[in-house]
Amino acid sequence: MIYLNNAATTLQKPPEVAQAVLDAMANAGSSSRGASADDLAAARSVAGARLRVARLLGFEHPERVAFTLNATMALNTAIFGLLRPGDHVITTDFEHNSVLRPLNELERRGVIEVDHLPADSAGHLHTEDLDGMFRPNTRAIIATHASNLTGAVVDVAALARVAHAHGAVSVLDAAQSLGCIPVNMGAIGADIVCFTGHKALMGPQGTGGLAVSPGVELVPLVHGGTGVKSAEPLQPESYPEHLEAGTMNAQGLAGLAAALDVLLDLGVERVEEHERALRSRFVDRLGQIPGVEVYGIHDGHDHTGVVAMNLAGLDSSTLADRLAYDYGIATRAGLHCAPRMHAALGTLDRGAVRFSFGWYTTEHDVDAALDALCHIAREVG
Amino acid sequence: MLLAALRPPRPRTPHTVVSFTSTFDAMEAERLCQQAGVPGRIIPLPVEITAECGLAWSMPPDDETRAAFLAAVEGHLVPDGLYTLLV
Repeated sequence: MIYLNNAATTLQKPPEVAQAVLDAMANAGSSSRGASADDLAAARSVAGARLRVARLLGFEHPERVAFTLNATMALNTAIFGLLRPGDHVITTDFEHNSVLRPLNELERRGVIEVDHLPADSAGHLHTEDLDGMFRPNTRAIIATHASNLTGAVVDVAALARVAHAHGAVSVLDAAQSLGCIPVNMGAIGADIVCFTGHKALMGPQGTGGLAVSPGVELVPLVHGGTGVKSAEPLQPESYPEHLEAGTMNAQGLAGLAAALDVLLDLGVERVEEHERALRSRFVDRLGQIPGVEVYGIHDGHDHTGVVAMNLAGLDSSTLADRLAYDYGIATRAGLHCAPRMHAALGTLDRGAVRFSFGWYTTEHDVDAALDALCHIAREVG
Repeated sequence: MLLAALRPPRPRTPHTVVSFTSTFDAMEAERLCQQAGVPGRIIPLPVEITAECGLAWSMPPDDETRAAFLAAVEGHLVPDGLYTLLV
């Protein structure tokens, strides 16, 4: 199988990741629930992962990196923890349902009002409209760093600057960026960064989290045991326990720490360069295949290693099935949990096929995908 | 198990015990002390400090070790409290 669904999860990981998980399964007890050698091994594993995430983000407060199951839970923690009755929120048409649905739910309950920075039919986000969207009660702007559908990178630093000028908080969804493009919290101006471990970070599923700048107050999403301050009736105010209740995923976080060691050693810039080269190779030939429509290509704009396309005469699920079953190439069809972006592109009814590359994707993989698309295009053309 | 049961109890001696506001700070203290060569180990938070669970750093009680500890963690974390206790 040639795995080109890395925007969903990276299948190929550094071998150190599985080994670290295996070691932790054998040796890690319960983090923060005891001081025996085995329990401290688990606590070291979790603390080590926290330090490495902070280092990758250029964030000076590792204690304010709280772990969750994934980016969705991190975003829910940020959104439900930050927003108060009467707040107004700005988000974008690029967003994943992990942002849209929590906001929609709060809006349905009558708690908040939401506006969306629009994307046009070419998949371009109109950031110039942003300034006029702010209201006196705008509490936050919540934006993805890159579209999970087209790979288009958002100028999130510009969004944060405007947000701060209006006294609003900047929340960054880095699910599609952390690990494949540089994410420096300070340089971007993000007050909260939500991330997942199983995509470009190349860690295990079930790992993710959020980094919360000092001064940003969140009401915890989950409440329960922390292993500290057990007599207090409410969740401790101190981080990371403020946002972490229940036994931590020490095995998964051991794997994430191992993945981060590899990534920090490698350098995110190298991953970015690798994926950009693969994307160019793919898009350049893709445009020569009759009947192919590629979405959201903007010369001069940055993209991650993600490409969305359709082939005339085939719906997206049929094309993805042909690629998987007949050619052994994994992609993803449908709406990619990004309904507003598909609506902007005019693909809400047929979806699209998304190819997404990772650090372990090779030029051979890209060429095999192009050859398969050529064959299928000839059949249906 | 039988041999362990027959082992004489380890005498408790005075130690400097440091408490923290979070488990992460306790683990950071351990890492920083190991880097700096400050002797000690993580122990369950003694009930003399609080019965509320958690971890603490225990080290020899002399002033030199205490100073080395404070130097090692300076700029990284602020201890919640320092105590002299039998460990």
